[in-house]
Amino acid sequence: MTGPLRVWSLPWIFLYLRHEVLALPGRSVALLFVLFLLVLPLFTQDPYWLRVLTLTAIFALYAASWDLLSGYTGQVSLGHAFFFGLSGYVSAILGRELGLPPWLTVPLGASLAALAGVFVGLPSLRVRGPYLSLVTLAFPIIALGLIFVFPKITGGELGLSGLPRLGQSRLQEYYIVVFTFLLSTLFLWKLGGSRIGLFLHAIREGEVAVRMVGVNTVRYKLLAFGASAFFAGLAGGLHAHFLRVVGPDSLSVFNSIQPIVWSVFGGLATIYGPVAGTFLLFPLLEFLRVVEEVRMVAFAFLILLVMRFLPQGVVRGVLDRLEETCPRCKVRNAFTRRRCRACGVELRLPEKEVVA
Amino acid sequence: MFAAILVNGLVLSGIYGMLALGFALTYGVARILNLAHTAFYMVAAYALFFFLGWTGFAGAALLGVLVVLLLALAAYGLLLEPLREHEATVLIVTIALALLLQEVVLLLFGGHFRSVPALLPGYVEVLGVRVAQQALLALGFAAAVLLAAWALLKGTRLGLGIRAAAQDQEAAELVGISLSRAGYWAVGLGALLAALAGLAVAPMATLEPHMWNPPLLVVLAAVVLGGLGSLPGALSGALVLAFAEVLVVNLVPGGAFLRTAVALFIMVLVLVARPEGLFGVGFAEER
Repeated sequence: MTGPLRVWSLPWIFLYLRHEVLALPGRSVALLFVLFLLVLPLFTQDPYWLRVLTLTAIFALYAASWDLLSGYTGQVSLGHAFFFGLSGYVSAILGRELGLPPWLTVPLGASLAALAGVFVGLPSLRVRGPYLSLVTLAFPIIALGLIFVFPKITGGELGLSGLPRLGQSRLQEYYIVVFTFLLSTLFLWKLGGSRIGLFLHAIREGEVAVRMVGVNTVRYKLLAFGASAFFAGLAGGLHAHFLRVVGPDSLSVFNSIQPIVWSVFGGLATIYGPVAGTFLLFPLLEFLRVVEEVRMVAFAFLILLVMRFLPQGVVRGVLDRLEETCPRCKVRNAFTRRRCRACGVELRLPEKEVVA
Repeated sequence: MFAAILVNGLVLSGIYGMLALGFALTYGVARILNLAHTAFYMVAAYALFFFLGWTGFAGAALLGVLVVLLLALAAYGLLLEPLREHEATVLIVTIALALLLQEVVLLLFGGHFRSVPALLPGYVEVLGVRVAQQALLALGFAAAVLLAAWALLKGTRLGLGIRAAAQDQEAAELVGISLSRAGYWAVGLGALLAALAGLAVAPMATLEPHMWNPPLLVVLAAVVLGGLGSLPGALSGALVLAFAEVLVVNLVPGGAFLRTAVALFIMVLVLVARPEGLFGVGFAEER
């Protein structure tokens, strides 16, 4: 790269693509994935697959939000469905009672979920580790109990149906969801890589140490709870309006467990891991409908097998085989290269020179 | 009313106590938050149902316990022990295991409700309440099992080793306790207790593949309430939550919907006041 190149000029973008994106398998796959999501409707508008992909995108956002709180910050939440379901219910009730459109009620519901997130986070100032996980587990179940006790407002067991649609057509709904998903995960990913993300990592590794160097961990923990709950709420609102029904299922323990399964399957504390996990597992579960009888058996068995042999998650497990870090300058390289693309040092020593 | 609460609360406490003690053992020694714990209890109940078609009650119960023990030890040896470093992965594996067991049972037996005939049919009057004799039998059985478990843990060298491993892993290893063997013993004992609870419940409850869900939450709450790793804590947590559940169901309108919610609410309150649970020993700061 010689000569002054204006950042964001067209030649710069090409150079960046060639040297920073296409040079690494992981980033190439990410680029292909985004392009695939954006141009898919040009090739097929099969309502079934559009529907599956829309739901997958919603759940991927949900899983990514869980990862920010539990993967990064280490505050393992077993009750994330609380934020998902709460936002869905609030959005539905606002839409029904006041007649507000979804583009207003979904962010409102998500904001309320963020408030709830800070509230749920308050015990985290006192309670730690598995104890905290169990405290978070309690909230959706308490909410579920209340929903059954007040069926007039919440619809009880049947839930609230007939919510306004997100967009006029399936295609429009698909794009609304996909753009929300891409922008939100981009934000979460950037947040994870930022200074704030560094503090969150540090809180997971050793909270006492972080406090000792003068970081206000209370603020960062509550921030993680609030931000995570906001995006979980966003996913919950989109989910409710996409299916046009919100029911007690959205608060079930199963729905709290789902993002954990996807995130751990993909790889914790990466944001892209949970996204990959969701996009692998959710369509797979749909695909397994061809063998409806043994669908869940095959699904559970597959998770057991994969986790047994890739305990760090699929993304980490695969990327560690496709890319390697340069021992001198710590830049990542594709596994096919012999010399580091940044500093030119040999990545592997020739076999014969290794002296035992 | 009071007598009904007392009797039902005691029966429920016995069942939850067996489950919670097993769960606490598994967590304390092997450090596995085993979400498949109550799935073992479900499998034991179904195994009893299945083998009753072949042999008598005692034989069927024995076979059921054996099936569960084999399952649990195989799962621990093949899946959980190699992954112990990765806490989150272990959690997922136990969830997947529970799901797998549930679905296999669903495939084998179908989704409809099944029931096991009571060993002792009929009712007796206790304190002016009509109580199924089966419930009293379950209560006695639970008491006997808990006493036996207590004697094993308190009175033998094996129990001493298990308790030591639960209290402080490093110190236990320093005095020559094999953590891996203690892990197998704890998982085995935990599964055994779960299986016995399943056998005790089977003649009183309807069997269905999802029957492991509601007790799982209560057991988690009970163990945490008492303090993770503390065995008396697990038992007292089970006692508190069982009575809370029975009280809510009997006294609050619409209480059946709120039973789990109230149990968990109590847990949250206790934890906010005492972050290590009632009998916890602050081992959050594990070395």
